[in-house]
Amino acid sequence: MIEAKNVSKTFGDHQVLKNVSVKFEKGKNNLIIGQSGSGKTVLMKCLVGLYEVDKGKILFDDRNFSKMSFAEMKEIRQEIGMLFQGGALFDSMTVEENVMFPLSMFTRQTLEERRDRANFCLSRVNIVNSNKLYPSELSGGMKKRVAIARAISNHPKYLFCDEPNSGLDPKTANVIDKLINEITQEYNITTVINTHDMNSVIEIGDKISYIYEGQLWWEGDKTTIMHTDNKELNDFVFATELTRKLRK
Amino acid sequence: MLRHLGQYLLLMIQVFKKPEKKSIYLNRIFFEMDKLGLDSIGIVAFISLFVGAVLTIQMAFNIDSPIVPIYTIGFATRKSIILEFAPTIISLILAGKVGSRIASEIGTMRVTEQIDALEIMGVNPATYLIFPKIIASMVFNPLLILMSIALAILGGWLSGLFSGLVGSYEYVYGIQFQFQMYDVTYAMIKTVVFAFLITSISGYFGYYTKGGSLEVGEASTRAVVVSSVNIIIFNLLLTNLLLA
Ligand SMILES: Nc1ncnc2c1ncn2[C@@H]1O[C@H](COP(=O)(O)OP(=O)(O)O)[C@@H](O)[C@H]1O
Ligand SMILES: [Mg+2]
Repeated sequence: MIEAKNVSKTFGDHQVLKNVSVKFEKGKNNLIIGQSGSGKTVLMKCLVGLYEVDKGKILFDDRNFSKMSFAEMKEIRQEIGMLFQGGALFDSMTVEENVMFPLSMFTRQTLEERRDRANFCLSRVNIVNSNKLYPSELSGGMKKRVAIARAISNHPKYLFCDEPNSGLDPKTANVIDKLINEITQEYNITTVINTHDMNSVIEIGDKISYIYEGQLWWEGDKTTIMHTDNKELNDFVFATELTRKLRK
Repeated sequence: MLRHLGQYLLLMIQVFKKPEKKSIYLNRIFFEMDKLGLDSIGIVAFISLFVGAVLTIQMAFNIDSPIVPIYTIGFATRKSIILEFAPTIISLILAGKVGSRIASEIGTMRVTEQIDALEIMGVNPATYLIFPKIIASMVFNPLLILMSIALAILGGWLSGLFSGLVGSYEYVYGIQFQFQMYDVTYAMIKTVVFAFLITSISGYFGYYTKGGSLEVGEASTRAVVVSSVNIIIFNLLLTNLLLA
């Protein structure tokens, strides 16, 4: 379980996160939803320690992450996998090298072992015969899948996904959602997903936290979200004709 | 200005932290020597040959006097190449070529979250990205400058010969006349310092890029300008320190 307690974060004079307290449960897809600019990415980057929080603390299974030195953080970071919005694959490395990278840096595995693991992870995300390609030669959906393979290569306990299906067509987006869902259950990972995609919400929303202007506004799951009377959440969820029809 | 200097110094402390895995860093250093060093051989060779040729012709016209011996042309060409042209001018060229490459590479990695990805994995991105570049350049640039000296002198010899302004014998005599090894040492010290300035300053501007591709372009321009200015300033400081 990951827990944020009273987290606040300000950039300059713009307070992005306002006293956010939220829990993310093990073996579940924990969705953070909210409008573009509401602070989802900032919250996620606070969770993984890319941004220092101004106030509050972050707990990874009761280990106080926000108080740690870089060396101590490193221990926990090796238990974290993260999927960035654009994939963030290393341009100068091949697909295979990207997936092997965490293993090369932090394990004593031989090249054989690392390659086996990379191939396993790549096949897990349905990428075959592309080991020697460079990221610039991949489509958007493939990049995301390779990035997932890289995120899970070192057996993470925690998986973070920032807008995993933004910029993808609905079908590919759904493939990515399902993949994350399967991996979460298969390995009993604590998965945190930022999204503003209602399809994902309905598809994989085991636990949903709605962020509104930097505050935690509502919590629930994919069933309760359809029957909420929270005004701001309703405005967000039923913003389109399609979702309005769905409610009826 | 002061804020930049402070941030730069803090980054350098990060860069020289203990690396995670030695073997990986050794590989990265060789990789960078290839990308930053070997890739620059062509342009350095080209410029050195031609500038050496021009220097000799200019010397010949300037020293056109019956009381000054012809070999002085070789002597003066050698002096200006070793003391100033090769270490300083070639380093300025490298600031343009290598500096912009480093800043745009690291800047792109920053804006596409590749640096965040490194950090998340528990890798120290500053060390991983910048340290191998600094070491590779500090080791490889002296070799480039030695090559530049040799080729510029060769260029001078060729142009003297073909223009008929300096005979081969006089030129070669002048090249060896009152040769001081300390001149080469001075050139190497300058080169190593300049290599550090180019790579660390460009790394700095790349590392703190914010925004998108436009800002990556700006970072790369700034990297070149600031490294060049620093080369010029440190050139004066080092010359005062080492020759005065
Ligand atoms: N590094 C930063 N510096 C300054 N402001 C930032 C930074 N990162 C995000 N912000 C601001 O924080 C707000 C929330 O951004 P973000 O978390 O990216 O939104 P989203 O919910 O779309 O992911 C935005 O107004 C953004 O401009
Ligand atoms: Mg975002």
